Amino acid sequence: MSKLTIVAEPDSPFIDITRDFDAPRELLLRAYTDPELVKQWLGPRKYEMVIDHYDARDGGTYRYIHRDEGHAYAFHGVFHGAPTIDGMVQTFEFEGAPGHVSLDAITFEDLGGGRTRVHLHSVHQSVVARDAMAAAGMASGIDDAYARLDELVERLAAPVA
Amino acid sequence: MQQDHLSAVFGALADPTRRAILARLADGDASVAELTAPFAVSQPAISKHLIVLERAGLVSRRRQRTARLSHLEADPLGEATAWLARYREYWDESYARLDDLLARLQDDTAEAHEGIRP
Repeated sequence: MSKLTIVAEPDSPFIDITRDFDAPRELLLRAYTDPELVKQWLGPRKYEMVIDHYDARDGGTYRYIHRDEGHAYAFHGVFHGAPTIDGMVQTFEFEGAPGHVSLDAITFEDLGGGRTRVHLHSVHQSVVARDAMAAAGMASGIDDAYARLDELVERLAAPVA
Repeated sequence: MQQDHLSAVFGALADPTRRAILARLADGDASVAELTAPFAVSQPAISKHLIVLERAGLVSRRRQRTARLSHLEADPLGEATAWLARYREYWDESYARLDDLLARLQDDTAEAHEGIRP
């Protein structure tokens, strides 16, 4: 399975996440728009996923909550335009940081052979807002070269540990 | 970690020369002259990078005889990479679950098609 890439340049308000899947775009669209299906994959298993509502149509809204012992992280937003096999656009707001709304454009790119590349382009209101999400520990990435950072950390881990 | 401190750490890490300096310091403390040697830049330029790293708390400096040695402080790096790792984990795990779901959906679709066959 293809590796997840996360790109977040310093001094930019964007985060870009890319991942390939062994499934056609029609199926990705279903997995992203049917709340019964969204519930089955969005978020790590350690969270109980509660979908308050999820109305994936032009102007529809969604709200879901990740729960673990003693904590609840709620998110909500609005769908802009009807989702299609080409992708979908929605706003995203973590209720722990109200007012910091990001605009997320998800594209489903047909790679042929029944494979699809999913790209999430997340636009925050400012670099500071993006980094604030990082501080909240839920969303945001900052480094431009994840791989290089990984390498560096790997190298640093040994003598420091 | 304070949000502005986190930004300082990532700002410091954004530069390839500074990452190389940190990698070098992982092998042991070094003077500015020693740190400058591998790079095609001047000693004052390396000193400037060290100031940025020091402000981010990634490097501390102490005097030993006539030389000023830089020392790697790994803690902020650990804190910074901790949330990066969490964020990555969130999407890694979500997408791994999506893989499973898509495989199940494709099986269902295949079975449904078989079902229609005479």
